[in-house]
Amino acid sequence: MAVVTYREALNQALREEMERDPNVFIVGEEVGYYQGAYKVTQGLLDQFGEWRVRDTPIAEEVIAGIGIGAALVGLRPIAEMMTFNFSLLALDQIVNNAAKIRYMSGGQFKVPVVFRGPGGAAHQLGAQHSQSLESYYAYVPGLKVVLPATPKDAKGLLKSAIRDDDPVVFIESEVLYGTRGEVPEGEYTIPLGQAEVKRPGKDVTLIAHSKTVLLALQVAESLAAEGIEAEVVDPRTLRPLDSDLLLESVRKTHRCVIVEEGWPFCGIGAQIATTLYSEAFDTLDAPIERVTSADVPMPYAKPLEAAVVPDTKRVRAAIDKVLYRQ
Amino acid sequence: MLRPVAKGVKAMEKATLLSLYRTMRLIRRFEERIVELINRNEIPGVTHEYVGEEAVATGVCSVLRPDDVITSTHRGHGHILAKGGQPRRMIAELMGRESGYNRGRGGSMHIADLSLGIYGANGIVGAGAPIACGAAFAAKLNGKDRVAVAFFGDGATNQGVVHEAMNLAAIWSLPVIFVCENNGYAISASIKEMATIERLSDRARGYGMPGEWVDGMDVLAVRGAAEKAVAHARRGEGPTFLECRTYRFVGHFTAERALNIRYRGDEEIAEWRKRDPVETFPAWLEREGIATAAETEGVRREVEGALEDAIAFARASPFPQGEEALDGMYATSYPNLPARGV
Ligand SMILES: Cc1ncc(C[n+]2csc(CCOP(=O)(O)OP(=O)(O)O)c2C)c(N)n1
Ligand SMILES: [Mg+2]
Repeated sequence: MAVVTYREALNQALREEMERDPNVFIVGEEVGYYQGAYKVTQGLLDQFGEWRVRDTPIAEEVIAGIGIGAALVGLRPIAEMMTFNFSLLALDQIVNNAAKIRYMSGGQFKVPVVFRGPGGAAHQLGAQHSQSLESYYAYVPGLKVVLPATPKDAKGLLKSAIRDDDPVVFIESEVLYGTRGEVPEGEYTIPLGQAEVKRPGKDVTLIAHSKTVLLALQVAESLAAEGIEAEVVDPRTLRPLDSDLLLESVRKTHRCVIVEEGWPFCGIGAQIATTLYSEAFDTLDAPIERVTSADVPMPYAKPLEAAVVPDTKRVRAAIDKVLYRQ
Repeated sequence: MLRPVAKGVKAMEKATLLSLYRTMRLIRRFEERIVELINRNEIPGVTHEYVGEEAVATGVCSVLRPDDVITSTHRGHGHILAKGGQPRRMIAELMGRESGYNRGRGGSMHIADLSLGIYGANGIVGAGAPIACGAAFAAKLNGKDRVAVAFFGDGATNQGVVHEAMNLAAIWSLPVIFVCENNGYAISASIKEMATIERLSDRARGYGMPGEWVDGMDVLAVRGAAEKAVAHARRGEGPTFLECRTYRFVGHFTAERALNIRYRGDEEIAEWRKRDPVETFPAWLEREGIATAAETEGVRREVEGALEDAIAFARASPFPQGEEALDGMYATSYPNLPARGV
């Protein structure tokens, strides 16, 4: 296995899918000549030319819409959102159109478009540039929502997203782009809708997605030294949610902490918790704990930002609570 | 080169002319000092510097009243300084201090000062245009002759909401001046490839409002055009689209140099630098005998002092406390907000 960055893994997925299928193309701001605002599309313009790697004006709604229109005709568009914060300007196309056209048309159309780009906070970028919006999209029937945490998942899931016949919201992470990990040689895909155990354990289940997987793993390692074996489970796809694997883990550990960077109210963690409560209530030895960002727009100053986002301390405190260790 | 002195300019007070220079110089040096502080990690992240575009904000804001409103962009420092923003509180904000304009909650892309009519820099391209319409609508409703200026870039002119705002302002005859700072690029995207027309101000006709094009490197030309547009708006005659052709001498954002991306030639930058308003304007003042070399030097010294003072002030200011992160989200407080999600 080769060790590559998350960014390179995504780039490989795009390149391989574009080589494999001439119907795959990329549209978005700065995807071509600039090689992507975060360099995910590096080299693709040179290889595939300016009609398959298409720089657009700053106009997110039309970027999403052109992807949808081309998808209806049978192409496989990848509409890049420079960051998912700006996808809010495309929400109408994504929610009112991409998500609904298949169903509303009585199944006449397929909408095989991927909306991809980074989401979540980086460091001190302020309120408008630090949002985790996956719960918005996970709310919407008709969409699929994918958030890879590792290079391997990034590549395998993006390939599946591109080949999928439904609209996929594929949210990467700015702070993960530079992280490294093993990626299998040669062709592979990872099916949408399958969670994965990132670290096996028996004492407590930590459910995390995107960059909070790394946080959960970090805490799990430190707990191991204290004789506590945490199991880290990454749903990878939030819609459809692989509740079977999450339930299996919780039935084994009887305790669960859900970690996400989104806001607490109506967040995906609430959905996961309710699923676990209704299906596995009897096996729980403690109420489920959730660690989220605080319920405020992201502040800029470092001490404020640090107080808002999930950190190891808060994850540990939640674990202590479900283990009754205080 | 500056165009020949427009008729009437000579009659402008020397103090006004020197203050235009002071503002431009302040913006330039502010940005340069900010970059130093970023490189020293005293300011986190990135900012979008206004270097090269000083004449636009300076010219436009020089004809605004304190009660007029501006909406700004991600490249907002220049607008804010020109509208009277205090370097002390701006740098403190950039350093994330409690004494900053936004008490450290906002950062570079969100600096605002209600008392000066600065309705915020904005991290979302195009977002300021409809907000300016709202402020202008309020002025109309209240029978005030206040105007609102929406600053935005060439790139923003392709954003749907900017078109929506311009049409609305036109049909309702709102006192808005849409100031398009056409610096030729949106990040690396040349406006030549993102619009088929040479002059973005031609779009004004499509909305039924006056469209003006002005040399954005010439502070007096900008001021003249802005004066006309503001007077038009104050008289209740509606909006103007004012395109200021300008150029940024530096990268899109602070870290661009390190990325080693080239989307424009050095010759192009050098050509525009020859027209640097922060250099050509004081030279012209001296050549025309409006100000002495000692006087322009006095402006520079004063600006350096103001920035030194601002940096010292910011450095000495405390950070906000982590415990306060959840305060102040709503005008009315509720026991169950912020929500805990349980
Ligand atoms: C809605 C939205 N899309 C994309 C971005 C990312 N972005 C920030 S600045 C910028 C370019 C803006 O170009 P222009 O309007 O010409 O202003 P300039 O930077 O040249 O001053 C882009 C694409 C954003 N902030 N908001
Ligand atoms: Mg521009």
